[in-house]
Amino acid sequence: MGLELYLDLLSQPCRAVYIFAKKNGIPFELRTVELLKGQHFSADFAQLNPLKKVPVLKDGDFTLTESVAILLYLTRKYKTPDHWYPQDLQARARVDEYLAWQHTALRRNCLRTLWHKLMLPVFMGEPVAPEMLAATLAELDGSLQLLEDKFLQNKAFFAGPHISLADLVAITELMHAVGAGCQVFEGRPKLAAWRQRVEAAVGAVLFQEAHEVILKVKDSPPADPTIKQKLRPSILALIQ
Amino acid sequence: MGLELYLDLLSQPCRAVYIFAKKNAIPFELRTVELLKGQQHSDAFVQVNPLRKVPALKDGDFTLAESVAILLYLSRKYKTPDHWYPQDLQARARVDEYLAWQHTALRSSCSRAMWQKLLGPVLLGVQVPPETLASTLAELDRNLQLLEDKFLKDQAFLTGPHISVADLVAITELMHPVSTGCQVFKSRPKLAVWRQRVEAAVGEDLFQEAHAALMKAKDLPPLDLAMREKLKAAVQVLLHWGAGLVQEPPCRMGSPRSSDTRVI
Repeated sequence: MGLELYLDLLSQPCRAVYIFAKKNGIPFELRTVELLKGQHFSADFAQLNPLKKVPVLKDGDFTLTESVAILLYLTRKYKTPDHWYPQDLQARARVDEYLAWQHTALRRNCLRTLWHKLMLPVFMGEPVAPEMLAATLAELDGSLQLLEDKFLQNKAFFAGPHISLADLVAITELMHAVGAGCQVFEGRPKLAAWRQRVEAAVGAVLFQEAHEVILKVKDSPPADPTIKQKLRPSILALIQ
Repeated sequence: MGLELYLDLLSQPCRAVYIFAKKNAIPFELRTVELLKGQQHSDAFVQVNPLRKVPALKDGDFTLAESVAILLYLSRKYKTPDHWYPQDLQARARVDEYLAWQHTALRSSCSRAMWQKLLGPVLLGVQVPPETLASTLAELDRNLQLLEDKFLKDQAFLTGPHISVADLVAITELMHPVSTGCQVFKSRPKLAVWRQRVEAAVGEDLFQEAHAALMKAKDLPPLDLAMREKLKAAVQVLLHWGAGLVQEPPCRMGSPRSSDTRVI
């Protein structure tokens, strides 16, 4: 059995891994784990990843969690082009800096935006207080400003003139907010131009393919009570 | 001007960077940024790190934020011994996995435990409801279990037979609740033994030195009113998190929950 990637394209980190693997022609078996159906709670999946989260990589006997670790593993094992994770000391540090910062910043903001704006009310049938949503959107706005001012500045991409893992991880996060109906690029021409560059570098077809699920998530039917009960604790923990 | 490290040793990620640099005899100028005096907001520091957090690195014109990025930069630039961030593909992946996981797991629990159990009461005169603290400590416990079961397992160190940056990042986190009186190692003999190994590998003197300020945190005087109000607003999320499930007080922009230390 070759490389297996356990993914749900609903999930931002899964999209980054998917796009990276596909873009680099890395052969893998896609194992879909449907989060909204609670498939990550199955006994089989828990065996694979006791953390019950996606993405997961399985390469023979070697299992790996955490999208950042997976992306780095793939760059090394498959010797992908340098720009994804540049050898240059400082350029590489810029990528590492973004990949570290995003966990508790943009990722958190985009996740909360999706759930507070869309999924809690629509999928879970739980309205969210307007102050809470407003606070979440304000936080998102703060991160977007940092993206422009600290990470992008006047460069084409985060680490310099070429696309890297940092851009991929960022764009897939931002699409989460877009899927929730947030116009994150409106009124932010610098970010909008960066987005165009990233999509062009990834390839429009692959980009659309990876984002099909998140862009249709607003049409999800409400969850049935069994699923709601099953998912609720982990969702609330996730978006804390 | 050579390498400068902007640190406050009250901050967990700063301790990891400090220990790593000292252990590997990396020459640097220590620039202390006293978080409890709000020095991270000074104009000079904002030039170094516009995120207003510590640790931060300045190497000539090059500035860098985020402790994980700093540790990796130092390991590469100063060609530190392989075990810190092993070349081996799978061993390195295990370190990366830990360094990624910890941001929203162990670090988060340890910061909240620190604020809810010690710094909130001591510095701000804030008492957190018992249910909130209980919930935070329960989550800390879950993360400690994951630390043992998923990372440490039957290995000597978190990611294999030798100490790596993962162990440094983890131990400095765990010292945070230890300093509040949480007996994190008491009922966890496996973790206790791992701690001894990490301390021995780092060196007792260096370990004590890095943690001296933290271990005296309980004796800190309460902050003056102005600073108290400022900090209270910045850390209110750390004080409340764990309380209810969905409804939380609104967060301020520039989430203090960011992995590196904005306040503490």
